[in-house]
Parts: sequence; structure tokens; C-alpha cells
Amino acid sequence: MTTATRPAPRFDVPEISSAPKLPALQQALTLAWRNVVKIRHQPEALMDVSLQPIIFTVLFVFVFGGAIAGDWHDYLTYLVPGILVQTLMFATGGIGVALNNDITKGVFDRFRSLPIARSAPLVGAVLADVVRFVTAIAVLLAFTALLGFRTTEGLPAAALAVLTAIGFAMCLSWVFVWIGLTVRSAGAVQGIGFLATFPLTFGSTALVSADTLPGWLQAFTRNNPVTHVIDTVRGLMLGGPVAGPLAWTVGWSLLLLAVFVPLAMRAYRRRV
Amino acid sequence: MTHTIEAEGLTLSYGSTKALDGVDLTVPAGTVLGVLGPNGAGKTTAVRVLSTLLRPDAGHARVAGFDVRTQPQEVRRRIGLTGQYASVDEDLTGAQNVAMIGRLLGMSRAAAKARAAELLAGFSLSDAADRSAKTYSGGMRRRLDLAASLVGRPQVLFLDEPTTGLDPRSRTEVWDVIRRLVADGTSVLLTTQYLEEADELADDIVVFDTGRVVAHGTSDELKHRTGAQTLTVRPRDRADTATVLAVLEQVAGTAPALDGHGTASVPVRSEAALGTVLDLLTTQGVGLSELAVRLPSLDEVFLALTGHATQSDNEKEVAA
Ligand SMILES: Nc1ncnc2c1ncn2[C@@H]1O[C@H](COP(=O)(O)OP(=O)(O)OP(=O)(O)O)[C@@H](O)[C@H]1O
Ligand SMILES: [Mg+2]
Repeated sequence: MTTATRPAPRFDVPEISSAPKLPALQQALTLAWRNVVKIRHQPEALMDVSLQPIIFTVLFVFVFGGAIAGDWHDYLTYLVPGILVQTLMFATGGIGVALNNDITKGVFDRFRSLPIARSAPLVGAVLADVVRFVTAIAVLLAFTALLGFRTTEGLPAAALAVLTAIGFAMCLSWVFVWIGLTVRSAGAVQGIGFLATFPLTFGSTALVSADTLPGWLQAFTRNNPVTHVIDTVRGLMLGGPVAGPLAWTVGWSLLLLAVFVPLAMRAYRRRV
Repeated sequence: MTHTIEAEGLTLSYGSTKALDGVDLTVPAGTVLGVLGPNGAGKTTAVRVLSTLLRPDAGHARVAGFDVRTQPQEVRRRIGLTGQYASVDEDLTGAQNVAMIGRLLGMSRAAAKARAAELLAGFSLSDAADRSAKTYSGGMRRRLDLAASLVGRPQVLFLDEPTTGLDPRSRTEVWDVIRRLVADGTSVLLTTQYLEEADELADDIVVFDTGRVVAHGTSDELKHRTGAQTLTVRPRDRADTATVLAVLEQVAGTAPALDGHGTASVPVRSEAALGTVLDLLTTQGVGLSELAVRLPSLDEVFLALTGHATQSDNEKEVAA
């Protein structure tokens, strides 16, 4: 049996020995930075999340508003928390497609050959998506403010509402990370993403309150995690129960993490 | 002798395709191993296994003293990889691409930037450093990719077809960089389709075919085993063809082949045959429009070593 030569002094890389305290976090942040730079080079990548909240708001408020609430302005107030969460739901799907592309193009080969935390490229992608989430929410709140939407519970509560929704979206992202790593083609990732997102977003209290629904659908809607998130946001922005829905939201978020982070990591390790 | 890379019995299948079928190879410290082989021979798969991207189904390998299967992170600390398909990030600039690797390796922002500038300069990319990699030519991308794989000053470098698609000048540049690294003590495993490249760079060569090592040795040894060089002669006047054939047979000891353009060729052991043939033909008053000795091509090496032509040759025949 032979052994390798000791590395000669010239191979020592002093910068690396003075590594930061939390290397995995720094690596994830570096890779998140990479995704954010890509957005800066290519601002149209934010087009979906900037236009979607406006289109949804206009469509739902003016198409359904009159029929559902009698008055579009009342409906706008009901709708904003729903659209906020709905937009985030659709914004999370993009991560699966992006990861799939990165892997197909071989960009991840380099990362996998580096002595970095296995999770770093995935965590980095999830963190970078916060930029998309914040953009979507900012556009939505600015646009609906123009239409007359006002929160009633004060700024700190509204901020907490936004944080809760983003936190849930980041946990949900792991589902799409897993799909993106498991499914072969980016097109299929998108299709499966929509299949998962549609029933969850529309079978929720985003557009109408659960009381108006037939019994079987009510059962689904009331237990849908998206409903809990929307109810939390609604409570924090407009008043109403918060503790219950917030507890459910946190519970669902942790459950999503517990299930899909390991699944995604396993898929990442296996993906050739 | 110490070996930086040693692999034994590496086996890996994709479904029913045996990409690696019991590969053994060793790379002594500070040397270059050239891996030659036709398309689909398993070169990339071998590189991916040795650089810890793929786990072998069977067999084991140590790189820089660590087992690729059980200590992959230790291996990764010591290697650099330039894959067959340039894995640069198109939306980042050249400098950002390289600096990002430095940051991932734990360098401070300033150190990563300095290292990026230094490497890009070494690959004549300084002028393009702040341009998005999307605007780079194929050769620039390859060089950027190579620069990115050197950020951590790897002890062992894996280069999967590092010069495919490069123009002769860029190719020579890449060769120079590789030679500098080797002079500094880096061990290199490089795959290539070009015998010339292996000739230029490699201390040792292994030839892959259908997932197996079918030959190994130095470049000279391999060429010797393939029946050496080919001597070609074309007389100015077709009427002299018979004389040419006779002379070639006399010198080489085997019957020459004749193509449709009147060019006769025969395998010879050394260039000395050239002088003998020229002398004989001149004394017999035969005028020549072509007389050359050429080294065996990669295709001929394969033909000799594997008993079948390279895959690309078969494709050419099908296409023809
Ligand atoms: N991801 C994959 N899935 C299925 N089969 C694969 C995969 N990658 C490679 N193969 C097969 O494994 C065999 C070896 O492929 P490999 O890429 O290692 O060859 P190579 O020597 O690098 O070829 P080339 O010169 O074309 O780059 C081939 O038959 C190929 O079709
Ligand atoms: Mg290959």
C-alpha cells in the first residue's frame, strides 16, 4: 500500500485555514449571492413575481368582486392577504426549474467537487428566492395601497404577517427543490409544480371564506396549510384570530422542512 | 514510489451500460496521466468517480491519500476539476465566477478577488474579467473553467478534454499552463481525444475502450506497439507506380497499400526508411510529388490496440 505525499508547502492555502466560524452558512450565502447577481444581470427574471400580483388583483377584484362581495372595495380588503400568499406559492415553483437547469448545464458539478457543505447550493437557492418573495409582496402592497387597501393592526403586525408568509414560502420551497432534483426535465418540473400548487392555492380561503363551500371542499380547505397561512396574514393585517392559525402555520412549516429537506438532500446526492 | 491517484477495479454501470468495467490506474505524484479513448469509452465516468461526483459500484480509489468513497470531503479539499462541458456560470462575469469559488473555499472577499485577478491574468482573460461569461468564446470559457478549478491550489487536477474545441494558439496556452502546474508539483489526470496532446503532456498514457483499460505505457511504447509510422509516396507520373510499390515492399518488408490517387503507403519502423526509399527511387529516375512519414493517428492506435475503429469512424462510414 502506498500513501500520498505530504502536500508541499506551496499547496498550503493560508486563506482557507482561517475559515469563518460557520462555513456552511457562509457557503450558502455565497451561493445565494450568485443567484441574486444573476437576477441583477437579468432583471426580467423578476417579471413574473412583479406582474403576477397586479394581474391577480385586477382579475379577482374586478371580475369576481362585484359578484362575491357586492362591492369591489370590500373584496379588495378580503383578498389582499389571499393574493399575497398565492403569489408566494407561485413564486416558489421557479426554484425547481432553476435547479434543474443548473444541474443539466453542469454548473453543480463544480460545486460538488468542492469541499463545501453538501447542502450549500440548495440552501443558497432557497435563500436567494427571498428576493423574489420580497419583490412580489412589495409590488402587491404598493399596488393595492393605490387602490385603497389599508391594514388596520399597525405596522409591526403587518411586518410580522409578511415575515410569516415568507417563512412558510421558504419551507415550501423545499418541496420544489426536491421535485426539481428528482424530475429529469425542466419542463416536467414546471408541470408538476403547477399540479401541486393549484389545488393548494385555490382550495384555500384566498378568494372566498370556507363557509361558502360545499362540505367536502370545506374539509379540505380548513385543513389546507395555505389556509392557515392566509388566516394568519389576515389576522395580523386586518384583525381576527392569530394564535391558532399561526401555530398551524409554524407546525406545517416545520413538517415540510422535516420531510422535504432530507428528501431533497437524498435526491441531490443521487442525482448524477 | 508514491502515487497521488490509485484506482483498482473501478466498476460503474448506468442501467445496463457498463461505463467502467474494472479500471485500474495509478498516477505517481507530480506526473501527468493521459487517458485516451474513443467516445463512450468511459473517460468522463472515470474522472467523475475519481473526483467524487459519482460513487463506483465496486472497486476503490485513493486520491491524494484519501478514499474517494469514505473520505470524499478530504479528497475534495485537494483536487481541482475541469469537466468536459464548461461549468462556468454564464450570468456571472469571469471575475465573479472565479472569486465565487474562492469565497466558497473560505477566502476573505479581498483574497478571493485578488486570487481571481491573478488566475485570470494567467489565462489572458484580464481584459474580459468584468464581462459576463455569456459573451465569452468557447476557448475563453474553457480557460475560465480551468482558472476556476485552480483557485484552491489543488494538489491533483482532473481535466476532462481540456482543449477540445480550442484553436491551436489557445491549446498551446493551456498546455503551457498545465506544464507550469506540473513543474510546481501538481499531479494531473487528463483525458483527451488527441494523441498529440497526450504526447506533449503525459508521462504515461492509458487507453480506454468500452470501460476497460486496453493499454498503458508511455507514448513511445504505445506507438511502438501500433506498428509505428506510415510512409507514403506518390510518384509524379502514374506510370512509375509499379516501381514505387516494388521499392516500398523491398524496404518495409510488407506489401504496400495503394489508394485511388496513386498514393502508396506502408508501415515502417523508423524515419530512416524515408532516406532509403528516396535514394532508391532517385537512382531509378522516379519523380515524386509526395513523400512523407507520419506518426500513427489516434485512430490507428485504437485500431491496433482494440481491433476496431473508433466510434466516430464508424459514424463517418454510416454517414458516407
Ligand atoms: N448519465 C448517463 N446515463 C446513462 N448512460 C451514461 C450516462 N453517462 C454516460 N453514459 C454512458 O456510459 C458510457 C461511458 O460514457 P463516458 O461519458 O464516460 O464516455 P467518454 O469516454 O467520456 O466519452 P466522450 O469521449 O464522448 O466524452 C457511454 O456508453 C455512455 O453512453
Ligand atoms: Mg467524456
